[in-house]
Formats: sequence, C-alpha cells, structure tokens
Amino acid sequence: MNTTVATPQSETGAFFAILRRDLYVTWSELPIFLAQVILQPLFVLFVFGKLLGSLGYTRSVYASLLFPGMLALTVIITSMQTLAFPLVVEFGWTKEIEDRLLAPLRLGLVAAEKIVFAALRGVIAAALMIPVGILVLGSIPWRWSALPLFLGVLILAALLGAGLGLVLGTLVPPNQINAVLSLVFTPLLFTGCSQYPWPSLARLHWFQIITAGNPITYASEGLRAALVPSVPHIRPWISLTILVAALALLIAIGIGGFYRRAVD
Amino acid sequence: MNRSVVEVRDLVKRYPRSPVNAVDAISFSVEHGEVFGLLGPNGAGKTTTVGVLTTRIRPTSGSAVVAGVDVLRQPTLACGRLGVVPQRSNLDRSLSIRNNLIFHAAYHGIPASERGARADVLLEQFGLRERAKTKPDFISGGQSQRIMIARALMHEPHVLFLDEPTTGLDPAARLFVWDRLRELRQRRVTIVLTTHDMHEAAQLADRAAIMDHGKLLAIDTPQALVRSLPGAATLELAAEILDGGSADEVFAALRGLPGVEAVERVQAQPQTNGRLSPVLADPEQAGSETTHALRVRLYVSGDAPMLVAPAASTFAEHRLAITDVKLGNPTLEDVFIHLTGRTLR
Repeated sequence: MNTTVATPQSETGAFFAILRRDLYVTWSELPIFLAQVILQPLFVLFVFGKLLGSLGYTRSVYASLLFPGMLALTVIITSMQTLAFPLVVEFGWTKEIEDRLLAPLRLGLVAAEKIVFAALRGVIAAALMIPVGILVLGSIPWRWSALPLFLGVLILAALLGAGLGLVLGTLVPPNQINAVLSLVFTPLLFTGCSQYPWPSLARLHWFQIITAGNPITYASEGLRAALVPSVPHIRPWISLTILVAALALLIAIGIGGFYRRAVD
Repeated sequence: MNRSVVEVRDLVKRYPRSPVNAVDAISFSVEHGEVFGLLGPNGAGKTTTVGVLTTRIRPTSGSAVVAGVDVLRQPTLACGRLGVVPQRSNLDRSLSIRNNLIFHAAYHGIPASERGARADVLLEQFGLRERAKTKPDFISGGQSQRIMIARALMHEPHVLFLDEPTTGLDPAARLFVWDRLRELRQRRVTIVLTTHDMHEAAQLADRAAIMDHGKLLAIDTPQALVRSLPGAATLELAAEILDGGSADEVFAALRGLPGVEAVERVQAQPQTNGRLSPVLADPEQAGSETTHALRVRLYVSGDAPMLVAPAASTFAEHRLAITDVKLGNPTLEDVFIHLTGRTLR
C-alpha cells in the first residue's frame, strides 16, 4: 500500500497545496474578508478625509497625506489579523493546523506559507483601498513614476504585518490572546504615523520618539514618499532599511515561535 | 514480508520541568501488516510515544524509525509515509468533509486527477457519502473519527497511527470503527493504536504492549499475555448437596485435582450455626434451603475447560449434583493488574 509516496522534491508541491487551501477558504468566505478589510479604512477616510474637510476642520491637503497612511495601516493590520488570532486558535484549541504540520514539508515552510498568504491578503486589501479611496475622497494622490517605491514599501509592509501576526500568534498563550491583541492593537493603530506625517511631530518630541518605535511608521512614511512627496517625510532609504530590518527580526522570532508551538 | 515498519530503541522523553520521564527507555518494533496496540492507563506515555513516532514530539534520547525513515533526522520524509488519527478531532473546520480528504491528498502530493476518486471510495467505505459536503462542525464524534481515519488513508501511508481511536464514542460508533480497522488489518495495513480499553486491544491487536509510567511492562499477543498469568483462568461450579453429601470433603478433593491452584467458596454468608455456607446466585433460592447448595471457584493454571470433567466426577463421588458451570477467562485487564497491582482506570 505504498504506490504513491510523497518524495522530498514535493515540498514545493505541498507548499502550494497549503497556500491553495488558504486561498480557497478566503474565496469561500469572501464577503467576510471584504467587510473585514474595507470597513475600517472606509470610515476613517470618510470621517477624517472627507467629512472633517467638508466641515472646514481640516485642510484639503490632509486627505492626501491620510490616504497613504491609511493604506499602510490597512495592509499591515490585515496581514497581522490574518495570522495572529487564527494561529492562536489553531495551535491552542482546534488543532486544525496539525494536518498541515504533518504534511511532507519542513515546518519552516509551513510558517513561510502562513507569511506569504497573510502578506497576499494584505496586498489585496491595499488594492481594494484604491477604489475605496477614489469613491470616498473623489481622487487619490498617485504618481506612476514612484510605482517601484510604492510597491516595494507595500510588499514590505504586508510581510511585516504577517511577521507581526506570526510573532503574536505563536508567542501569546491562548488564554491571553484577547487581552494582548487589544493591548497591542490600539497603540499600533495610533502610533504608526498613519494619520500624521512623522517630521511634523518635531514639536511633540516625546511622541515622535514613541512613533519611531512603531514599524508601521516607516510604511506610512514610505508610501507618503511615493505618493505625496511634497509632504515632509522620512527619507525613503531609511524607511526601507528599517522595514527590512524589522521584518527580518519579526520573521526570525516568529519562525522560532512556530517551531516551539509545532514540536514538543 | 517480515520487515519492521516501526523500530523504537531506548526511547526517552522527559518534558521540561517534569521530575519523571514521560517515556522511559522503551524499545519495540512493529512488523509489516501487524496491528500493534499500546495498552495502558491515561498518563502512561502512550500518546507521547505516538507523538515522537509521528514527528510531533522531540525525544530526549533514543531512536525511532518509521517505514525505514529516522523520524528525528528526516521528519519531512517520515511524514509522507505515516498517517495519523489523533485522539481529538483536528479536522479543518473551514473545509467540507470531502475537501478535508482532498486537500490532505494535495498536501501529500497525490495527483489532482486521483484525489476525487480516492476521496469518494473512502467516503463510501466509511459510510460518509451523504455527509461529504457537510462542514466538520455539524457532525458527531463518531463521524469525526471516521473522517480522520479516511483522511489519514488518502495518501496510503506505510503505517497508520491511531491515538485512542474509540475513546468517547457510543457503542455503535465504536463497533463501526472496529469493523473498519479490522478491514484495514485484512488488507495488511500496518497499524499502531493506543488504547486504555483492554477489550479493544484484545479485539484488534495482533500484539499488545502494556505500558505504565512510561515503561513497557510486557509485549506479546493478547492470548500469550493472558496465558502468562499464573492461575488466572477460573472454573466456577454450583451444586446442590444431596443427602449424605459433604461440602467440606468435596472442597478438599477439588484442591487435589491437577492444575488447580486454589479453591474458594463464592458468595458465602455466615449461618446461625457459625459455619460458612454458600448461597446460590439466584436470589429466589437464597433462603432456608441454601445450606444445601454450594458454589466454588477453582483458580486454574492452564486450560480451565479440561477440568470440567474431573471436577464433575469429584462432585458426583461426594454426592453433589452440579447445577451450573461457568468458565472464566482472564483478560488483559487481569494481566495489567498482575503487572502493576492496579486496575487499568
């Protein structure tokens, strides 16, 4: 009863089979995914970008600096949410992940698939934000010449969110995940320079230091450099370097955590 | 085809912050086509042993080879050759039952063209065809167990590991799982199963290992394990004492029969004259006449049925008329009690 035995070469096959499973599930739960991704940025863009501007509380330039920030935030939060909570549940309660841990591929690749999948959802979320932005704001800042920088920052941000999710999902004990997520989530949301440009914080130096510790800051600033370079921003090479470094650190910790959860 | 599919040598697992070894230097091997049972109480180390063999637990020391692959050195390769059915459902709740099987096959590199057909055959075989499109959240424990067995078979593993396959199932569901496992046994699928149910081990296993406190106490066929018990077979006889018959004399004579290790009276109650007198099991008769009845149990080494004739003659010689004969066979539970001094649960 061993006619078809998986060979070591089929690790790539197993990797893509697992990825296909995740995409299949996302597809079959598409309305939930869309609502999860679109709702929050839709309201933020409407209230802060449109409403406050129409009421005269903000200047029109605010909408154009808010959009790249919201884009960065949405990408990172979507990627993070794709991994963090589901991973805690799969490892802690439902054990659903076991069938994939027992598939013939290295555990590191199972973790890598999680990251790729989460990042993919992040990028899809970004793609959805563009029509949402046009719809709510009327127009969005866009520069074709900055497309490479835009895509570079976007992909790094998506992977960064996935790394963050992997770290939270594997290091936080199941019974504490709700508390930790809410403790991590809110500060991340508001210290990532998504709603204000980092250089403008010079007047509030202590807060500028805090925001410098949030990797979302560099994604927001990177996308602002690409889309609205007239707004003062952190130089792109600094943003990119810090994003890469943060990503490497999170992935190293996350994969270590994944191994610890997967093997006793 | 007498090659080992599972080979365990001096396996030790000590969990961090635990003062004792969960698995304590065990060694055993499982032959191709064999059903091997790990029998022991909860906490004996059975699940840990299976965890090591299925690459999910890293042992402290020792070696484990499954289907020719060292599970410690090449866990990825080993995963392709083994199938696992865990104690608790770990079905993918986002997928339908059929898709659970199909995606499992995809993970294991089964060509897309074969997955559907294989899934349909297994769903039919496990009585799940009607539930194929259902999500795992809406099915019973017995069905989950069957789906997980079917899923594990999708990639045709060299060896199937089942951890407590029927724990928590109702009797009908348990019998269904047993029947499916017997079919697999007939197809010469190598199976390693853990159980704390001695009846299950006796029913399914070609060989059983009795495990307690991380150690293997005995490994043999269930029959041989039972036979190894000294004086564990019993022969129980009830008789009516006729005029002139004497219970005491027959008692002494029974003791003298070859193979009888001990004789005891059953359900004796103190009578007014101070002598012990047996009571028949039938409560209707447990009254004034009971002094005329006797029930004894003989503990026998060897075959108990061989003693029925000599015991009957002895009764007749002493003017006792036999009313009931019962053969008691020892079980794996008795073996466990003999080895550990405790009951299984």
